[in-house]
Amino acid sequence: MLTKVFGRQPLGTVFAAPYALFLALVFAYPLGLAVWISFHDYFFAAPGAQVDRPFVGLENYQTVLSDPDVQRAFLNVAIFLVINVPLTVVLSLVLATGLNSIVRARTFLRVSYYVPYVTASVALVGVWLFLFSSGGLVNQVLGPLAPSPSWLVNSHLAMPVIALFVTWKQMGFFILLYLAALQGVSKDLYEAASIDGAGRFRSFMNVTVPGVRSATSLVVILATITGANLFTEPYLLTNGGGPDGASASPVFVMYQKGIEQGNPDTASAIGVILVALVLVIALVQRRFLERD
Amino acid sequence: MVKQRRIWSTAALFLGAFVFLFPFYYMVIGSLQEKPDTTVKGAFPTGGLTLHNYSEINSRVDLAQSLFNSVVFTGGVLLGTVVFGVLAGYALARLKFRGRGALFAVMLLVQIIPFQLLIIPIYVMIVRSYGLADSYLGMIAPFAINSTAVFVFRQFFLQLPEDLFAAAALDGASELRILWSIALPLVRPAILTATLLTFIGPWNEFLWPFLVTKDQSLQPLAVTLANYISNIAGRASNPYGAILAGAVVLAAPAVALFVVFQKRFTGAELSSGVKG
Repeated sequence: MLTKVFGRQPLGTVFAAPYALFLALVFAYPLGLAVWISFHDYFFAAPGAQVDRPFVGLENYQTVLSDPDVQRAFLNVAIFLVINVPLTVVLSLVLATGLNSIVRARTFLRVSYYVPYVTASVALVGVWLFLFSSGGLVNQVLGPLAPSPSWLVNSHLAMPVIALFVTWKQMGFFILLYLAALQGVSKDLYEAASIDGAGRFRSFMNVTVPGVRSATSLVVILATITGANLFTEPYLLTNGGGPDGASASPVFVMYQKGIEQGNPDTASAIGVILVALVLVIALVQRRFLERD
Repeated sequence: MVKQRRIWSTAALFLGAFVFLFPFYYMVIGSLQEKPDTTVKGAFPTGGLTLHNYSEINSRVDLAQSLFNSVVFTGGVLLGTVVFGVLAGYALARLKFRGRGALFAVMLLVQIIPFQLLIIPIYVMIVRSYGLADSYLGMIAPFAINSTAVFVFRQFFLQLPEDLFAAAALDGASELRILWSIALPLVRPAILTATLLTFIGPWNEFLWPFLVTKDQSLQPLAVTLANYISNIAGRASNPYGAILAGAVVLAAPAVALFVVFQKRFTGAELSSGVKG
């Protein structure tokens, strides 16, 4: 009887129960709540107070989609992804291939590349603010080539700088993923390629790139998710999505609308749209990158 | 020919490493300069270094209290992950119980749907419904068990040979005993790797503790420093110096841990966890 209800090893239910409960409370329920809030006229009320929150259908979605701030934020994240994802994939694969082939100083180099990944964004933003301020070192080096207005207050450059920051910060993790994937590429294939007279570039394109395709798919999906998550950088690096919303991210707009301005309903609608977009992009990329 | 190529790729890798490390060097140098010197020469000072910025940031924000809050936040998450995450990982890998498939599917889904997108409902629940604003519990709760770590645990438990468990079961060992005295000692490296991975989450997290704490005496260092950057910095005599001093204090523990345990953080260790 017990076996029927709980399975062959009912102790498994006991072991897994805290984690299952955790997922239900901080993942499944909030996901449902986000959808529910986004279809109602929801506002903050004192704990325990009985308030009426009428169903409003798609009204919140209409409000959000016709809001220029929200449109701008989605455009910004698109700009971010167009810069960040290709740069991440190419550089992390090239660097991982390089690291894989050298013998000396490998540990030092590997650690150098992942140090930004393990460091808090807030700390790194501090030094980037210093480097990219109008009189900062980057502009000092560039001299007359320095952009005006400077990087972080220039509406064309703010988002690209954020994209570069995140590429730099996350690259170490993706290099690790590629390093692992490269161990799975058979050495015979490289030998066969060199017997066929392929140079280093050709064997990279014809052996390495196809050999790590499933890792590439993972890297693309994880980089996209990181992009959808963007908050700390627009909040701190460009001082609240500035200049004039040119680097605001959807999560930053969610924070402004939901918590600062007290409209959790429209903010939830943004969240639901983003979750849907992330899932669609993840599925499309999977299909596209894992065709064969 | 081959040798020459190798020299080039080594040189390129070192140049890349320089780009990755320079901001860290600049962070330390900037935190030690009395006045910000942004010239190229200023990046390689020959003297005039001082610890003044560290006392400056310490007088503006309560560094010790912030560090303590970071430790409590991170410690709570690590405790939850190691205790309940190991149990869940073990159950998912070795025990057949009802709902295992569903739990595994949800665990994978969690990795795709970012936490940031759920902040509004989680904020509504924790701050408004349960009144857990300005409490360690409210800070820790959404991160209490790291799903990536559960995944890593599961992968490592899966790799253990079946015979080991069969033999122990034959000897009449209980499931809890098998986990404690046979499986756990064998996956100790996995626990270290997962602990390191989990550590950087709460230690570096900004958005959630920023939303849930208004009381300064409860804010972890990442939040304290961010607030300093966005509010108070304008009034300090050398704002960058103080910001960078705070950044060094925030970055140092994570960097030190990962340099010391770098062997545990290689592609091979992680791939089994991330790729599955």
